[in-house]
Amino acid sequence: MSTVIETIDEKRADTITVTINGKEVNIKKGVTVLEGALSAGIYIPTLCYDPDLTPYGACRLCVVEIDGMRGLVSSCTIPATEGMAVYTDTPRVNQSRCITMELIIANHHGDCLTCTKNQQCELLRIAQYLGMEQEHIDRLRKSTQVLPIDDSHPAFIRDPNKCILCGICVRACHEIASVDAIGLAFRGNSTKVTTAGDKPIIESICKSCGECIARCPTGALVPKYEKPPAKEVKTICPYCGVGCSLYLGVRDNTIVSVRGDPESSVNNGSLCVKGRWGYDFIAHPERLTTPLIRLDGVSRGAAHDGQVRDLFREATWDEALELVSKRLLEIKQTYGPDSLACLSSAKCTNEDNYVMQKFTRGVLGTNNIDHCARLCHASTIVGALAAFGQGAMSNSYDDLEKTNLFFVIGSNTTECHPIIGSIIKRRVRAGAAKLIVADPRSIELSEYATVDLHHQPGTDVALLNGLMQVIIRDGLEDKDFIQERTEGFEEMQRLVKEYTPEVVEETTGVPQSDIEAAAHLFGEADSACILYGMGITQHTTGTDNVKSVANLLMLTGNIGREGTGFSPLRGQNNVQGACDMGALPNVYPGYQKVDDPSVKAKFETAWGCELSDRPGLVATEVADAICRGDLKGLYVMGENPMLSEPYLEHTQRALEQIEFLVVQDIFLSETAWLADVVFPAAAFAEKDGTFTNTERRVQRIRQALQPPGEAKVDWQIISALAERMGKPFGFRSAADVMEEIASLTLIYGGIHLDRLEKGGLQWPCLDTSHPGTPFLHQGSFARGRGKLHAVDYTPPIESVSKNYPLVLTTGRLLEHWHTGTMSRRSRVLAELRPNGVAEMHPDDATKLGLLEHDLITLTSERGRLETTVHITEKSPPGVVFMPFHWREAPVNVLTNNALDPVAKIPEFKVSAINAVLAVLDRAAQDNAFLARLAENPVEALKEYELTTEERAAIATGDIRKVESWVGKLDERLKTWLILRLSQEKW
Amino acid sequence: MTKLSVVQDTWVPLPEQEATIEERLNEILSSYQGRDDELIPIMQQVQQQFGYLPEPVIKQIARFLHLPDITIFGVATFYAQFKLVPTGRNIIRVCRGTACHVRGVARILQELENQLGVKPGETTADREYSLETVACFGACALSPIMVLDDKVHGKMTTQKVRSILDATGSSSELKDG
Ligand code: SF4
Ligand code: SF4
Ligand code: SF4
Ligand code: FES
Ligand code: FES
Repeated sequence: MSTVIETIDEKRADTITVTINGKEVNIKKGVTVLEGALSAGIYIPTLCYDPDLTPYGACRLCVVEIDGMRGLVSSCTIPATEGMAVYTDTPRVNQSRCITMELIIANHHGDCLTCTKNQQCELLRIAQYLGMEQEHIDRLRKSTQVLPIDDSHPAFIRDPNKCILCGICVRACHEIASVDAIGLAFRGNSTKVTTAGDKPIIESICKSCGECIARCPTGALVPKYEKPPAKEVKTICPYCGVGCSLYLGVRDNTIVSVRGDPESSVNNGSLCVKGRWGYDFIAHPERLTTPLIRLDGVSRGAAHDGQVRDLFREATWDEALELVSKRLLEIKQTYGPDSLACLSSAKCTNEDNYVMQKFTRGVLGTNNIDHCARLCHASTIVGALAAFGQGAMSNSYDDLEKTNLFFVIGSNTTECHPIIGSIIKRRVRAGAAKLIVADPRSIELSEYATVDLHHQPGTDVALLNGLMQVIIRDGLEDKDFIQERTEGFEEMQRLVKEYTPEVVEETTGVPQSDIEAAAHLFGEADSACILYGMGITQHTTGTDNVKSVANLLMLTGNIGREGTGFSPLRGQNNVQGACDMGALPNVYPGYQKVDDPSVKAKFETAWGCELSDRPGLVATEVADAICRGDLKGLYVMGENPMLSEPYLEHTQRALEQIEFLVVQDIFLSETAWLADVVFPAAAFAEKDGTFTNTERRVQRIRQALQPPGEAKVDWQIISALAERMGKPFGFRSAADVMEEIASLTLIYGGIHLDRLEKGGLQWPCLDTSHPGTPFLHQGSFARGRGKLHAVDYTPPIESVSKNYPLVLTTGRLLEHWHTGTMSRRSRVLAELRPNGVAEMHPDDATKLGLLEHDLITLTSERGRLETTVHITEKSPPGVVFMPFHWREAPVNVLTNNALDPVAKIPEFKVSAINAVLAVLDRAAQDNAFLARLAENPVEALKEYELTTEERAAIATGDIRKVESWVGKLDERLKTWLILRLSQEKW
Repeated sequence: MTKLSVVQDTWVPLPEQEATIEERLNEILSSYQGRDDELIPIMQQVQQQFGYLPEPVIKQIARFLHLPDITIFGVATFYAQFKLVPTGRNIIRVCRGTACHVRGVARILQELENQLGVKPGETTADREYSLETVACFGACALSPIMVLDDKVHGKMTTQKVRSILDATGSSSELKDG
């Protein structure tokens, strides 16, 4: 990354000279003898060494002789020093290695011929290197004692019989994954690598990241479904916004292996469970392979049981494109361009998104384009633009490696951005940084927190104001920074004065002492970063929350320098890019405003067409606009509003009544089932282009596979359509598209595909000689002075009531992705988490008479669903948590579609709901007595006129009697009732 | 009404027994700071209190010391002094040495397994008996041998197994439980 050209002298200062086997070599200062030798191209066999892990010195294979040192020394643990004379291949060395190997092999059971690892087995390789003979090796093997194989994990097998106790997996799990699922246990001959309690790995805390599998030198840890690839293609993970770089191994147009890219500065070779195992969706039989057209006379809302043929017929590209082109033109002509809208996709490339917005604006003639960023970080863009003049994450992962303090608020980082989660855990555990966590729920990071705050959902502004109050009160603010770089301090200070710890405890439920402690930790840190996710943004006060985060950073001078910064963690792999590309209703690529005449003129000239200066509809207004009759045609590319929008019933009603709906996707998503025309698209591994990750790094993705059937790359489909509609774009490749992007987008000015071969570039990257920008706001803000906003706390729209006494909050799980279109079609991910649950605190469960795994009915003002309850103290009392991955229990049936007034992001994080045992709910529908009992936990029966006999029956829990007047009861309902009645107060 | 108690058992998050485990553990932990080097003393004291290291206790200690569960499990399985399963009030050791083997100790062991419903290395649910095997007691003349709480029973037969157990506790009840 450094652009400094090192002089020859400086370079010399960094190297030392050693003699290896009589030859002088220059090696880097500070490395071990082993690393030095390897870097000079001299092989030394090793079994317990891994370049990413701290040396262990256990296998004794790396022994060498060094002048002046007695005996043989392990080269992996000895630092190389100037003038050292090392011998790596003497008879003494090799004899020792042979003996070591014999001992290892004697304890290594198994048959090499049938071992899946035999191609890459280090043990075999070394045996060959040392000239040991197969027969000899076989003779050495003990055939006794066979340990059971652990086959419990869907992705890999653990065979302890092949384990040589090199400890690499244990160190990988500790040092890289920061999980500590496995370790060495037992003693002497029985020593083995196992989990706590010696249980199958699937029952352990293992996160399935596969860091151990990727490194095991033998066949002790092997993936279940992996074949040696014919070629490897370097690309970017399609799941989250971390943007890990990886190699897809390809054979016969199928992905047969995956490995992290060790050279990547993003993930340094690491991957999480999704990035490692989540690719078989690409080859899933349900992939769309041809355009589909809805059968004549089959209505939009027609029920289906998954049979495509009942609703659609296959069509040629020609016919499908013609139909779509005709209908879009008709609608445009009849109702005007603003009666059409497009939803672009944060899963697609920058090139796809650029072409999509160009199509919307240049061909359809409207600014009605948006994408799912509206549902996740719209408030970030609005809030941060107001505060800094720039809406993106200000810093880099590099700053996370340097900061002294992490403040994680409203982000379940280890589940949603696992690789960033590992950085935090690793640094906190090493004592290199401290951690403040603020989250209504107990999350994994809470266990690592120096101060762990659990505020009530939706009280973030109050909490942040409270911290600032203490910081200002105790003089911990950065007065110089405030003076030189910001405006609005006086006003803000006046407002936060009111937020004393007493007041804030009252609002947020966080004890005063914790508020004081967190404020001091933050105010006194040399450098601090705030990382946040949907817990901040998905509120009606989302923009306010973001402004508060910005306030706290500027108040303490924690922005615009190394190790500090503003880190909104973007969800989708390319949600940053989709925003950058102008898949937003108010801006062109690079956040150039559509209502700015000079911008409009610039794009009109470049695209050779007239453009609209009216900002368009946001995604969350689309359903309303359809219902009002303003919107007649909708084109959806790679999004699934039928599961992701709040208040799904409303979305469904809208999509069922729209005149014309086109969906372009890789699967028949819940939304695609409603479409008039479906275009089959190429998946990420089938296309070229770029993704931009959350740290603004534009990275290259490369085509590894041919798309199935007639599926096409998204931008090519849209270009073909544009051509049909009389406005050809003339792009021949993704690189062509990027050239046009660069020419019209200042912040992408220096981005060209051939510059991205090595590791990507962070925007702003202004021209071809610009090295990219690791962190923003150095010296000055994009808007000049940073704006401190006086932000008052306003409670969420919905509060709990008698009918809806619980707060529902939604989120994600490590193993799955959004609406599950991809992850649920990946065997490993689906097996790891086959279905969803609603998490509830034991106190609430007790009140409701619920047992673990009971089927419950959840209701809100907007809808109802049934799901399984999981009783856990992770949810605080009064709060129910549900992920939104499951179409069988689509939580967005319940969520609130109330919007943030500016950013128009819905309040996914706070909805008032009720929860009832499902059998009870059903029985109560036509039984007033049960309905009463279900509603009111303790004194329902007071109002009932009961005979002495009835009272007696209830008091003794005589269910037969009760059944005689309420009718026959379900078994589960009986046990519920007995308990319930025993709590009754008279 | 039996149903009711069953329901309550699973429903109440911490059954009484576990609650007291937690209380007793907290009492022990209250005299420590939470430093890594306190691990072994804590484990020793816990074992003294409970007779072994129950799984939930291991988890609690881990949380208290900010160490992974697996680290404590590793230590607990490394040192012979620590036990992960409870030992019974009575310990039965069966000899598996050559002499005993030749004289059919396998049948004795089988009978014990049947009577107690446990395998070697396990303890009966009521913690009355632990069953273990040993290499050779050095009393081969008396083989086959079983030792109950340090009392040697030589020339064992399957019939003798029952009478010995009957004399110590009530083995028939165990079987039903
Ligand atoms: S898969 Fe990851 S979490 Fe699981 S044991 Fe291996 S390194 Fe640890
Ligand atoms: S499982 Fe593999 S990596 Fe782990 S200790 Fe055994 S041989 Fe080494
Ligand atoms: S952290 Fe994100 S980008 Fe990296 S492998 Fe996991 S899902 Fe993919
Ligand atoms: S590699 Fe050096 S001891 Fe194993
Ligand atoms: S073999 Fe049993 S006592 Fe020696």
